Amino acid sequence: MDLLQNLYIGFQTSLSLINLWYAFLGAMLGTLIGVLPGLGPIATIAMLLPSMYSLQPTSALIMLAGIYYGAQYGGSTTAILINVPGEASSVVTALDGYQMARHGRAGAALATAALASFFAGTIGTLVVAAFAPPLTALAFEFGAPEYCALMFLGLVGAVVLASGSLAKALAMVVLGLLLGQINTDVITAVPRFSFGIPELMDGINFVVIAMGVFSFGEIIANLGKPPEHREIFVKKVTGLWPSKQDFHDAAPAALRGTLLGCLLGVLPGAGPMLASFTSYSVEKKMSKTPEAFGKGAIQGVAAPEAANNSGAQTSFIPMLTLGIPTSAVMALMIGAMTIMGIQPGPQVMTTNPGLFWGLITSMWVGNLMLVILNLPLIGIWVKLLTVPYRFLFPAIMAFCAIGVYTLSNNTFDVYCAAAFAVVGFLFNKLGFEPAPLILGFVLGPMMEENLRRALLMARGDWSVFVTRPISATMIVLAVGLMVMITLPAISKKREEVFVDEE
Amino acid sequence: MKIKSQKDFLSGVLLILVGGAFAIGATNYNFGIAVRPGPGYFPFGLGIILALLGIVVLTSAFTSKRTDGDPIGKIPWRPLLCIVGAIVFFGLALPRLGFVISFPLMIIMTAAGGSEFTWKDAVLNAAILTVMSYLIFIYGLQLTIPLWPALS
Repeated sequence: MDLLQNLYIGFQTSLSLINLWYAFLGAMLGTLIGVLPGLGPIATIAMLLPSMYSLQPTSALIMLAGIYYGAQYGGSTTAILINVPGEASSVVTALDGYQMARHGRAGAALATAALASFFAGTIGTLVVAAFAPPLTALAFEFGAPEYCALMFLGLVGAVVLASGSLAKALAMVVLGLLLGQINTDVITAVPRFSFGIPELMDGINFVVIAMGVFSFGEIIANLGKPPEHREIFVKKVTGLWPSKQDFHDAAPAALRGTLLGCLLGVLPGAGPMLASFTSYSVEKKMSKTPEAFGKGAIQGVAAPEAANNSGAQTSFIPMLTLGIPTSAVMALMIGAMTIMGIQPGPQVMTTNPGLFWGLITSMWVGNLMLVILNLPLIGIWVKLLTVPYRFLFPAIMAFCAIGVYTLSNNTFDVYCAAAFAVVGFLFNKLGFEPAPLILGFVLGPMMEENLRRALLMARGDWSVFVTRPISATMIVLAVGLMVMITLPAISKKREEVFVDEE
Repeated sequence: MKIKSQKDFLSGVLLILVGGAFAIGATNYNFGIAVRPGPGYFPFGLGIILALLGIVVLTSAFTSKRTDGDPIGKIPWRPLLCIVGAIVFFGLALPRLGFVISFPLMIIMTAAGGSEFTWKDAVLNAAILTVMSYLIFIYGLQLTIPLWPALS
């Protein structure tokens, strides 16, 4: 069978000693930043990119992927123990997980989260492995209009799922697209918006924006708030193994969460966060005792944790098969591939099977490592929670500053990052969510190129986007999403969902 | 008319300004025609869209149902200046003074942005981070970073 054959190639790569080490390193780092406040996967990956030049592309990508799903994991630990979700996707885990911890069942909650995540990760890996080849085949049918339409759909997805005002999220995407216009025009080689600065002719590096907005801007905003003192409810975690009854309650919830996560993770712009929210509400609706939710229901931990983990896995599908990022983290992964000289897109599977399947199988390996890392070592993570922010933020600054400088050994990038720090602070102050900006920025040049090529092909006829079936489907989906979100009933619901999150 | 959301008001104004600036800037480049769009085609359209979104946000500042005025709040000048200052300082100083001098200074400047700043903690932190960064990035990853002050 092809699938087995492919998985075999993958495991040959991912089980090599060096790649095991990088998967471990990634999972470890991911858990660490998931546990630590004020440092998310976007900032971490951006920070590490410049140091990646010296690594094998496969090892580097395995490690970056590990950071991403490791952070989902670490985030749930803080959600359960101190009611502070480390990542956006573990917001709902805090609802019931923290209640379980307060009732002295922190161990069971942590173990449920870990096992549900591992189960979901296993299924997620299989789904990616099974669906990647047919999608890749489909991707070869894609021409410029299809790519353009798909990116449009991705951007709309990012807008719809961003929290806060819809107009503001749209503005973020458009601003990102515009910032992407600062470059040398690909078709006519005219430098645009560069004001005669040679560094700007190559465009702003997206790492500079990510770091400025997500690391520096966040630090400024965090320091502007009164210092928060984290209280840890549970000093020592005991009774890690869930009871038989727990298993009985949690297993079906985890299964449902996994399936939902797999489906929703593929959606452009959606990713793990939407998956965990949806699965929580599904569990609550299906439960015979909905009143138990919010008071320590184990299903309320198992389902969203499974969903966010499988969603994190399947969100790799569009990136791997089409070379199109659907979230800010995936945009960074694409950036990492480009830095290492691999052109992202459907051809990766055939030209670099070791990398392609190695990355996919490494996710399963990484998930296994996470279970091992998280359960027995929980004491260490609990200790880390007590590190005060005054020691943390200089460290984040230090690593970021080195990262920005070594990006191209150029102080211009450092000044740019300083400017984006101010911009990021402004975003935070004015209630703009920055993730769509990064996505717009990365997709901007790709989208423009494909749009212009499509128009060229069609002799300036915009109808080319609706007369080709694949492209038309995607445009219809995107417009449908837009219309749906503006319907009063749904926009109200959307507000509710995002209010819960705050 | 009363501004019901200060945040939205300022956001709207800024978006209109930025969008307008991009659109005006784009007129310097060849526009092209729909058959063969030029380098100014895309940015001009996007600039206009951004400005339009700015108008939407600006309008919402007046129609919002909020009663608290949605204030922007105080600007935390100390962290803002310390953090941005530290980054700019690092950019200026690194090629001239080298890593060993500019890096710890940057960390102390950063730490000064926090409200719980003490010299003892900051210096200790700077020392630890400098040694760690040296080991990881310069010794371990062999990144090219100037170490000592540039002579001449």
